[in-house]
Amino acid sequence: MKDESIKKVLLLGSGALKIGQAGEFDYSGSQALKALKEEGIETVLINPNIATVQTSEGVADKIYFLPVTPFFVEKVIAKERPQGILLSFGGQTALNCGVEIYKSGVLEKYGVKVLGTPVQAIMDTEDRDLFVKKLDEIEVNTIKSHSAESMEEAREAAHNLGYPLIVRAAYALGGLGSGFVDNDEQLEEICEKAFSFSPQVLVEKSLKGWKEIEYEVVRDRFDNCITVCNMENFDPLGIHTGESIVVAPSQTLSNKDYHFLRELSIKIIRHIGIVGECNVQYAYDPDSMDYRVIEVNARLSRSSALASKATGYPLAFVAAKLGLGYGLFDLKNSVTKTTPAFFEPALDYIVCKIPRWDLSKFHGVSRKIGSSMKSVGEVMSVGRSFEETIQKGLRMIGQGAHGFVGNKEIVVKDLDEALREPTDTRIFAISKAMLAGYSVDKIHDLTKIDKWFLGKLENIVRTYHSLMGCERLEDVDFGLLRTAKQQGFSDHQIQAAVFGNSDIKPSVLQDKVREYRKSLGILPVVKQIDTLAAEFPAQTNYLYLTYNGTVNDIRYESDGKSVIVLGSGAYRIGSSVEFDWCSVSCLQEAQKQGYRGVMINYNPETVSTDYDMCDRLYFDELTFERVLDIIELETPHGVVVSVGGQIPNNLALRLHEHDVPILGTSAVDIDRAEDRHKFSSIVDALGIDQPEWSELTTMSDVDKFIKRVGYPVLVRPSYVLSGAAMNVCYDEAHLRRFLTLAAEVSAEHPVVISQFMTRCKEVEFDAVADNGKIVVYAISEHIEYAGVHSGDATIQFPAQKIYVETARRIRKVAAKIAEELHISGPFNIQFLAKENVVKVIECNLRASRSFPFVSKVMKLNFIELATKVMLGLHPSKPDKSTFDLDYVGVKSSQFSFARLQEADPLLGVDMSSTGEVGCLGDDMNEALLKSVISVGNNIPEKKVLISSGNALQKADMLLACHTLADHGYEIYATGGTFRYLQENNIPAVKVLWPNDEENPELKGRYPQVLDLIHNRKVDLVINIPKNFTDMELDNGYRIRRAAIDSNVPLFTNARLATAFIRAFCTMSLEDVQIKSWDEY
Amino acid sequence: MQQKGATLRLANGMEFRGWSFGYDGPCDGETVFSTAMVGYPESLTDPSYSGQILCVTYPLVGNYGVPSEGVDENGISLNFESERIWVRGLVISEYSFNFSHWDAVKSLDQWLKEQKIPGIYGIDTRALTQVLRDNGSMLGMIVPDGVEKDFPVPDPNLDNQVAIVSCKEVIRYGHGDKKVVLVDCGVKHNILRCFVNRGVELIRVPWDYDFNQLEYDGLFISNGPGNPELCDVTVGNIRKAMETGKPIFGICMGNQLLARAAGAKTYKLKYGHRSHNQPARIIGTQKCYITSQNHGFAVDDSTLGEGWEPWFVNMNDGSNEGIRHKSLPFCSVQFHPEASSGPTDTKILFDEFIAKL
Repeated sequence: MKDESIKKVLLLGSGALKIGQAGEFDYSGSQALKALKEEGIETVLINPNIATVQTSEGVADKIYFLPVTPFFVEKVIAKERPQGILLSFGGQTALNCGVEIYKSGVLEKYGVKVLGTPVQAIMDTEDRDLFVKKLDEIEVNTIKSHSAESMEEAREAAHNLGYPLIVRAAYALGGLGSGFVDNDEQLEEICEKAFSFSPQVLVEKSLKGWKEIEYEVVRDRFDNCITVCNMENFDPLGIHTGESIVVAPSQTLSNKDYHFLRELSIKIIRHIGIVGECNVQYAYDPDSMDYRVIEVNARLSRSSALASKATGYPLAFVAAKLGLGYGLFDLKNSVTKTTPAFFEPALDYIVCKIPRWDLSKFHGVSRKIGSSMKSVGEVMSVGRSFEETIQKGLRMIGQGAHGFVGNKEIVVKDLDEALREPTDTRIFAISKAMLAGYSVDKIHDLTKIDKWFLGKLENIVRTYHSLMGCERLEDVDFGLLRTAKQQGFSDHQIQAAVFGNSDIKPSVLQDKVREYRKSLGILPVVKQIDTLAAEFPAQTNYLYLTYNGTVNDIRYESDGKSVIVLGSGAYRIGSSVEFDWCSVSCLQEAQKQGYRGVMINYNPETVSTDYDMCDRLYFDELTFERVLDIIELETPHGVVVSVGGQIPNNLALRLHEHDVPILGTSAVDIDRAEDRHKFSSIVDALGIDQPEWSELTTMSDVDKFIKRVGYPVLVRPSYVLSGAAMNVCYDEAHLRRFLTLAAEVSAEHPVVISQFMTRCKEVEFDAVADNGKIVVYAISEHIEYAGVHSGDATIQFPAQKIYVETARRIRKVAAKIAEELHISGPFNIQFLAKENVVKVIECNLRASRSFPFVSKVMKLNFIELATKVMLGLHPSKPDKSTFDLDYVGVKSSQFSFARLQEADPLLGVDMSSTGEVGCLGDDMNEALLKSVISVGNNIPEKKVLISSGNALQKADMLLACHTLADHGYEIYATGGTFRYLQENNIPAVKVLWPNDEENPELKGRYPQVLDLIHNRKVDLVINIPKNFTDMELDNGYRIRRAAIDSNVPLFTNARLATAFIRAFCTMSLEDVQIKSWDEY
Repeated sequence: MQQKGATLRLANGMEFRGWSFGYDGPCDGETVFSTAMVGYPESLTDPSYSGQILCVTYPLVGNYGVPSEGVDENGISLNFESERIWVRGLVISEYSFNFSHWDAVKSLDQWLKEQKIPGIYGIDTRALTQVLRDNGSMLGMIVPDGVEKDFPVPDPNLDNQVAIVSCKEVIRYGHGDKKVVLVDCGVKHNILRCFVNRGVELIRVPWDYDFNQLEYDGLFISNGPGNPELCDVTVGNIRKAMETGKPIFGICMGNQLLARAAGAKTYKLKYGHRSHNQPARIIGTQKCYITSQNHGFAVDDSTLGEGWEPWFVNMNDGSNEGIRHKSLPFCSVQFHPEASSGPTDTKILFDEFIAKL
């Protein structure tokens, strides 16, 4: 059935992870590549995201770490000459790029066939007008806006549509003059207001409170269709589906509803002409069968990744095969291996997806959630009751919640408002309301969340009250305890409810609950996710645990041949796809060494949660309780805690205390590195330098300490009232403001203050040691000076500009630490370096964010080696050295400020990037250029705006400004910078600061900076914040925000800006070489 | 909430403990499972479940309550598949005490109580399903605490279930140019709706009624419960009808009876097909359909008589999903094109049949 003319296929990846486009496309792309490989088709991948699994050795035949832009894609096509291209596996980035090269004729020129859904169908779904027209043809309802220019027209539109309506003023920003309308009277009123803002109003059907339902639909070229899964949003319409809690399958739809929408989905996919996979989103009236199609995604999406994980149906894999011309009937169900892929999964469990937000990492961003996406990751929980599933999910989010109840109570000013106006913590506002006695009806009125969901949540609260009524553990009888566990209560929650504020440590009480529970025989059982609800036996081990069952699906071998790898959980700022790569690498190596690879993770966006990647996958919590449950079932050879980032790392000591064999570095040594005090005294004892620091509990101690070390200082409070958790304070006023307004200093909440070193280099040391001896290491260097979080910094590897002496000292220090901590496995040390003095700032006895980057640049998999070490194989030192590399790798960070309205895009000591790329080049300039373009920047054509901070920073930028001027760039500069450039004989145009506008003497004499940016008169903005006075911050903020909102590349760091300017002035895009990974 | 314990007991000696809901009394029957995720009001009233205890594999049941009773202008039930619940007992994992749907008028619990049907919840339905899958459907009973009941119990498959569920007299529905005789072996109301809504005059006759005396344009043989071998009377009537050459169409039991009339044998499947996701393919083509199914017996299509051929095949296990005559307008399917509950992809078969009249 397949198209035999296709021998080589190009797949476009999605680039760096960002809000709205995250790890799900690593999973989709990896699946597609696997599907092609199975067919003997040569695969070429373009994706600059070096931390992904899909860009690992052996996944694609050729890998290009290049920007996914029409320019580079055309170059690769010209070089590789593939017969086919896949556009739908790399998110919106790949789709947009694909549509562009289709329209510009590139695909036709090189005879490249788009596999799967035709480009016309993609365009029909992407363009709003075409989309509405297309669905009108088959009489399918979409959401339509009627414009009216008079009251008469507004009335007519209103009567055609029927109330309730929403009326908006056209062309008005920020919703001015808009409102909900329930009757003629209100219509007159709101329209009158709207017409005062705008000559035109838009009248739309109000779908407030409607359900949001999605279907994942698959079609082959023979017109066979299936719907793999449907999903229902817990949050009604108005909240982006990426921001909603979502359950699968739908819970409140009857058979009529379910199949009515299913039939429509198939009608739509046929009419649009999808070949492969697509997603249909509906708004559905809770009081009738009225519906609107919200949108159709003609590509793999976040929802399709979720649906794949929710059902076990590998959508991306199947879609790739369909693109090659297969029919669904040709393919097998990859779980049963006997029945066909033409079927619709039957679930015998419920899944719940919950988004993970990190809004506290951003300055100035609103916590309200709505129609645009702000979350950075998500989790999926699996269970056999809604109560169990949502409580599991809320723990998985990893923001301190123990479930729906029993949490540190959230602080809200107005509970009703917190329910009505959703924020990232609304679910906890519901909890608070229920505990405060709000009825389901009242909460429903405020939130419009279906009463079915609320009723279930109320069950949890009811059980919580019963538990709290117990004085002692023995008062919790079998029935209550079992009910609690079946509703997803953790042992910790039960402990907290029963014992309240006990003097005994919660972990000890939790152990007591566990012991008591087991003595009553209340244990979770393991169930398979098998696509057919047990109708046919499953050949795969895709598993979850539940208390709503009595029989285990799995019979355990108990042969001590399992290696459990703990994954990284939800993607968040600071922990993302890089740990997925580490987990997958570790699993693969363990399997290669003859062990059974067992994975525990719950992030639906990952490759590590693909049941094909391991022998047994537990899609379940990474809590101490659940991990111990699984360990007791598996009785493994050992557990790996060092490849999944901080979550598993934090479990090490407790697991060790419960006699769990931890592979690699001992838990006690991990703790010696993690505990600030212990580590500090080790470093002192070894005679290694570190920035001075102290943990302080009173303001007078703080003052004393600072008197000794001087400003600036890095302040890390343990209790944060608002804003970021870490801050650099440059003077006393700043410190006082931070420690009074934003944080607390007390005996209960100490604050850690350390000396902050300015104009220092930051160096990363990634390595693997075996029994305290270093086996392999990589030294990489930040381009920015210390002060930019290592996760936000631009990193060059091998280090290009540190002294040989510095490198030697770093190696020696690292060797001492490795020996002292008896490290066996991966570790990372961060150093500050200034004139050959090196200081240790952090040490993690686990894989770090940069492991995939250095591994891939060096072409030496550090995790493979680390896994061998952890399995006791004592690998020999590889005979590869960074000195042999005749190329450079540069890792750049991806920011998502465009999605985060009003956030200040300023970098600091707290991390705010959401993703990264890594590119290779023959020299630093080439690698940097590729890398910086890969995160969405462009080389400026003519005009550059510079506002460059204090004297030192201005001096830092001087050379770069000369270079710009020499290359014919026109420089626009704000006041001080303008003068400085003039003094140094660099021609520049003076522009006004935003607040100069108010000065009548200046106004109109010079161009205004915000106008320049908004009108895109400049195509690069360099804004280096000078100091932290309010006015300066505000002026700078408005410039930075304007650059982000107008999509003009923005640099806020002098060293990075200089490096970028040097790069694009040294070489042009045309000079960039199109070399695949294996050509380096 | 006062919970009362109950036990699900299987003929192989296994027991599952749970809680009683619905009618507080015992029941027995053939225990079968369905993997459909929605549609309990439709399933429970489907006469094809007569004699059976139904285990629903989807763990959350009762979420959207139960819609109103009542009939349309033709006397066809608005929301159900017959006038009553035919399932003898219901086995689920998690009962949703709170229901939420604009169309619901009562809870599942209340409805089961009214119809005197026992239910049991808190069962590991996945484990039960695996037992039924590996050992085949078997007799079982739901016994609330405090009630004495044990095996042996009668095997419903030895009774003529069709005779129990079929109408007792001729009923006419709708108006139209074309008359279709519907042999009621336990017809689902959505089949009636599918004909009437397409402008057909429908004459519904009891399973053993000799319709050959009636004037009609086409013959339809409905779905129904139990063993097709017990319906030889119907098979005889169908044979007679075949001589007229008028179009014949059948669904489910109708497929089995038409096959028997065509000389084929039927047999009992190990655990049947009860779900909304059964893949069926038109033999010799690339056309595939997702179908709704509910049957425990199947046609051995290698035994079909001269002039007949298999039409659809089940893509999971290769069993027969439909037969047709090579030259005459006789055909039938094992799945349920009328859906309700289930996917609606094969509704077109009604149009095809009516077009032949």
